[in-house]
Amino acid sequence: MSGGYIAQQIVNGLILGSMYALVAIGFSMIYGIIRLINFAHGEIIMIGAFLTLGLLQKLQLPFPVAAPLVLIAGAVVGIIIEKGAFRPMRGAPQVTGFIASLGVSIMLQNLGILLLTAQPRNFTFPDYLQSVVQIGLVSFRTIDGVIMASALVLMGGLLFLVHKTRLGMAMRATAENIDVARLMGININRTIMATFAIGSALAAIAGLMWGGKFGQIDPLLGFVPGLKSFVAAVIGGVGSIPGAILGGYILGLSEVLFVGLLPPIYSAFRDAFVFSTLILILLVLPNGILGKKMEDRA
Amino acid sequence: MLKIDDIHVYRGRTHVLKGVSLHVQQGEIVSLIGGNGAGKTTILRTISGLLRPSRGKIFLKTSKTSGETDISRVPAETITGLGVTHCPEGRGIFSQLSVKENLMIGAYLRKDKEGIADDYARVCALFPILGSRSRQTGGSLSGGEQEMLAVGRALMSRPELLTLDEPSLGLGPIIVDNLFSVLAEINRQGVTLLLVEQNAIKALKLSHRTYVLETGRMALSGLSAALIDNEKVKKAYLGGT
Repeated sequence: MSGGYIAQQIVNGLILGSMYALVAIGFSMIYGIIRLINFAHGEIIMIGAFLTLGLLQKLQLPFPVAAPLVLIAGAVVGIIIEKGAFRPMRGAPQVTGFIASLGVSIMLQNLGILLLTAQPRNFTFPDYLQSVVQIGLVSFRTIDGVIMASALVLMGGLLFLVHKTRLGMAMRATAENIDVARLMGININRTIMATFAIGSALAAIAGLMWGGKFGQIDPLLGFVPGLKSFVAAVIGGVGSIPGAILGGYILGLSEVLFVGLLPPIYSAFRDAFVFSTLILILLVLPNGILGKKMEDRA
Repeated sequence: MLKIDDIHVYRGRTHVLKGVSLHVQQGEIVSLIGGNGAGKTTILRTISGLLRPSRGKIFLKTSKTSGETDISRVPAETITGLGVTHCPEGRGIFSQLSVKENLMIGAYLRKDKEGIADDYARVCALFPILGSRSRQTGGSLSGGEQEMLAVGRALMSRPELLTLDEPSLGLGPIIVDNLFSVLAEINRQGVTLLLVEQNAIKALKLSHRTYVLETGRMALSGLSAALIDNEKVKKAYLGGT
């Protein structure tokens, strides 16, 4: 096993981790603000992937135009889901929202199968994104570089938004105490909507990346990465954005290294490995790596 | 400035306020005392819009309302903009936000940058500890400092009427003395205060007028200076015989 092979596996892990991290951020933000475990969040990956496919291949839009459109469309989908499914549940016990999110998830999967058929579709990016770049010992396609770089830019932008802007301050305040946030004059409906919009936009972009990375998409593709991103959010400490980012990369790297470094016979157990990692980390750090103890809130 | 007219409030199925009326004149300090569960907190939460009365009206007249307006159906996030700021029970500090952010969020609805900067300086002059700890998180402050932060944050909205729910709760006597003298100073600067207190003697000494609430109804009201000698008040709330 050469150094080059390991370096290559690390890069692959970072690519996968970028996508997990982007999805995990949304999980964490939504849980942080309304204590909702949103199982429908993974389905936004699927929606983002199919939107990208439509924009690139049906409408023949250039990639630099399609990508921002996917981001915006993801935000709109998030707003619709929040308004349609979760706002009516506001104030209900936590488990009600959880069940509602499972319902939305199953509904979106079946809607996908109904409209798009369960047949997997090939997902191709323009040639200039498929060309292979060789840097030292590692090689990757341009699209993989774009995935890693744009994930970093988006996460940097998000951290700036959350910590340096008025909306971000309102989001953090609402996450801590909805009543007091209202007393400050913060419109919590708008703040919660913005949180869904941002989280869903990032998940939709992760869907674009997913298609680019694996080259094939189907209406059920969101479920497993959604679940794993949830694991990433929990590992990092749910409610914490840096935690979600860290958890995403830890999960992506460990999954790829597990498959890449152990004998091939074990590679079918990659998902078992992911969830074992979760259990081990939670045994040692019950609130995740960067998480703080959070009180439940209906 | 504020006139509450026969409000009834339920929390769940419990009928907490059974027809409460009170009024607050501009420039006054009015205190509201009474035992546990009398409904004091409920009154303040209803004024601030966090709770809605099932019956009755709440009239407010400030420089930001057009004449006397019924605010009993106005949501909490709008009330602050009408000049009424509520300092909630338990202080409600945002523990993850910095001290400065906690103060700035008090001015969330304001757009006048210079006025905000002025008020920030004013709050830091009133509570110097807040200025020197501006970068710490709110959660790292002591109880007394958090109360100052809560009052400072409320002042950042430049309220005309400030309602305070048990500001002395859990604080040592020296800190309470200090806090109450700041409250008197805030009142001298033109802010009307409505104060809910367990510490009845302190509240009676600070305020101009006092209402005594008993299980959802007003039992007594009058000038604080007169109530302090009232036998019934003495017996029930001041530990006298």
